Amino acid sequence: MESSVQSAVFYILSAIIVGSAILVVTLKNIFHSLLFLVLTFFSIAGIYVLLHAEFIAAVQVLIYVGAITVLLIFAIMMTAQIYSPVLRQTNEQVIPGLIIVGVLLITTLIVLGNTAWRVSEKLPETQSIVTIGKSLLTTYVLPFEVVSVVLITALISAIIIARRD
Amino acid sequence: MITLNHYLALASILFCIGIYGVLTRRNAISVLMSIELMFNAANINFIAFSKFITPVFLTGQVFAVFVITIAAAEATVALAIVILIYRHHKEINVDKINFLKW
Repeated sequence: MESSVQSAVFYILSAIIVGSAILVVTLKNIFHSLLFLVLTFFSIAGIYVLLHAEFIAAVQVLIYVGAITVLLIFAIMMTAQIYSPVLRQTNEQVIPGLIIVGVLLITTLIVLGNTAWRVSEKLPETQSIVTIGKSLLTTYVLPFEVVSVVLITALISAIIIARRD
Repeated sequence: MITLNHYLALASILFCIGIYGVLTRRNAISVLMSIELMFNAANINFIAFSKFITPVFLTGQVFAVFVITIAAAEATVALAIVILIYRHHKEINVDKINFLKW
């Protein structure tokens, strides 16, 4: 019973994700496609909850839906060429792009179908935050610190790049 | 029953949609949005592997945290560059921004 509910939730979320992602890359109005990007991010957070990754789901909502979307809204508002109905939003590579993407998708799905994953039989960790926190401060403490340096570098460089001189 | 392959198929479809957006969109901000879609596809892969292959140590979730951080940094710098280019050239369509070519 529970697994059928899980399947239903998975398929609904997948349909929302794929549909709104297609709208993101095809809509003419960029602001509308940004709103559908928000919907995609929310549904992906739902997929994370389905995968027992509650912490990542919260981080997804905070950073993607909160921060990155606001950044994108600011960028759209500060640059023109959004709302004009005569403006072309796609270049002339639609047909080659579709062919490349189709070939890539079919190849990937075939490879996925033929791969024997070594799926672990153990039950998933229930307290994921505790495990993530411990491994961030023990096994992965060096990448953790490096990432903090990367973040501060990106922050400073964004300010320096975008300021008026 | 939802298996690992379902999540991987979803992630690859999302990744391909992102690639299509990067290849065909003209507006630089749309290209960035498509790149975010591809980051999210990679994250779905990481977390699916984390649940199905390393459920005890949750290595995939730790990596997903790093990916989200790098994605935030990338979005910041890229949008700053886009705004700078717009300020100097009054142009945001990437097929017109080819002044690095010659």
